[in-house]
Amino acid sequence: MISKKVQEMQPSGIRQFFDLVLGMEDVISLGVGEPDFVTPWQIREAGIYSLEEGFTSYTSNKGLYKLRLSISRYLKNKYGLDYCPDNEILITVGVSEGFDLALRALLNQGDKVLIPSPSYVSYGPLVELSGGIPVYINTKEQGFKLTPKNIGKSVDKKVKAIILNYPTNPTGISYTKKELDELKRVILKNKLLCISDEIYGDLTYDFEHTPFAKLSGAKGSTIYLSGFSKSYAMTGWRVGFACGSGEMIAAMTKIHQYTIMCVPITSQMAACEALHTGRKSVEEMKREYKRRREFMVDRLNNLGLKCIKPDGTFYIFASIKKTGMDCLNFAERLLRKEKVAVVPGTAFGKEYSDYIRISYASSYESLKEALVRIERFLKSKGARK
Amino acid sequence: MDEILEILEKNARATPAEIAKMLKKNSSSVEKTIKKLEKQGIILGYKAIINRELVRDDDSEVRAIIEVRVAPQKDLGFDRIAQRIYSFPEVKSCYLLSGTYDLLLVVEGKNIHTVSNFVAEKLAPLENVRGTTTHFLLKKYKENGMVLKHKEEHKRIAISY
Repeated sequence: MISKKVQEMQPSGIRQFFDLVLGMEDVISLGVGEPDFVTPWQIREAGIYSLEEGFTSYTSNKGLYKLRLSISRYLKNKYGLDYCPDNEILITVGVSEGFDLALRALLNQGDKVLIPSPSYVSYGPLVELSGGIPVYINTKEQGFKLTPKNIGKSVDKKVKAIILNYPTNPTGISYTKKELDELKRVILKNKLLCISDEIYGDLTYDFEHTPFAKLSGAKGSTIYLSGFSKSYAMTGWRVGFACGSGEMIAAMTKIHQYTIMCVPITSQMAACEALHTGRKSVEEMKREYKRRREFMVDRLNNLGLKCIKPDGTFYIFASIKKTGMDCLNFAERLLRKEKVAVVPGTAFGKEYSDYIRISYASSYESLKEALVRIERFLKSKGARK
Repeated sequence: MDEILEILEKNARATPAEIAKMLKKNSSSVEKTIKKLEKQGIILGYKAIINRELVRDDDSEVRAIIEVRVAPQKDLGFDRIAQRIYSFPEVKSCYLLSGTYDLLLVVEGKNIHTVSNFVAEKLAPLENVRGTTTHFLLKKYKENGMVLKHKEEHKRIAISY
């Protein structure tokens, strides 16, 4: 009954582990991929008010013009990027939809797509669903950083596009402008299209985030994806946006109009408010995440769970090699013994069985308690084989 | 505002060592800064925020907001009379305002009688007090940035990418 394509999709190997977490009570979860803040009140209020005012209809397929205009102005002010609100911006259901549309609009059967790994879970499966072939670039030896060299090694004639995601889920790694320029040179030289998922861009702590499209000569071959979920704590509203050439956005809009029609109007209205008055909240949340990062990295390294200090996001990809356990085993024992949930590294690529992803999008008090429990776990018999 | 203040204002129990870790400073310099802030009177104290509505004992209190009209004194303005008033332990807060009255007080007492006695016997008879209006508080919703209700259940799902 089920299509071959879907049957062939790899089911997530850690489903069972997740079911275990969801069935347990009083768990401190460091496995959450969303902010612990609720959406700032003025943004929620704008959504509620729009409902009171009776904004309950469809919007244009591309999204409310005033939202596209606000995004266009915001990108201009913040990064000096020029995207025309009429035909170069599409409002999507989170970055997830924008990402799927980009692949479906660009790929032909058998086209290869480069994906730096470890990577966010949906990239590979969505490439396959669009008829493409994912080619993973393992970045472990380079400190989880993509380098021009390892792109060059993976390119062949069938490779049409590369996916970038920085700051990166799950490692928190990001790139300076200089590093991006070097990557760009190889990407353009090989005539690759770049799908750049920059949803965590606002959560970059030590240097300014540079959108890939901002690099000289890159804009024409880049689809820039971002949204409101992480920086404005608006995950449940599902609003993102895709920016690209008129041709790309028109192609993506074709699919979007048949599948989604438009993003819910309430969410779009709230997103307008976010851009108008939400910047202060973003900065406040960012400062808080940064402080937690310092605390967590320091403590984890002291516990012997070695990790590279993340440049952004609210994730830490920590090595559990010294425990001798495989990540699933580690995660399950930690959960059963100490009720702390983390995400096993293999969720982000099968080679990462020595790693776990820890999210610090939790209150400082919970983080502190979780670390006490992890320390106790590491010292206990349960942590030994 | 100093980031140390931002942290302490949210959580007064954060230790200098913890703050030092968060800000990548050394612990003794954070401790020094805190001492300095205390000395300068920027940090005045560290208190728990208690939701008194939930404390069921005989010490429960009533609270009133009192508007006070006063006659300022030559050379002293409002400061002297304000000091006389805020020195009463019943007065928890005291502000000088622009507008139709001068001082705004927050007064606490064991019950409605203690507060009215305070107004009738202590406050109103003061020489420079021209008149008072007392408002008793019926319900507290939010105080000093804290919404006064039970912590809500976590709404996030425990695992997501």
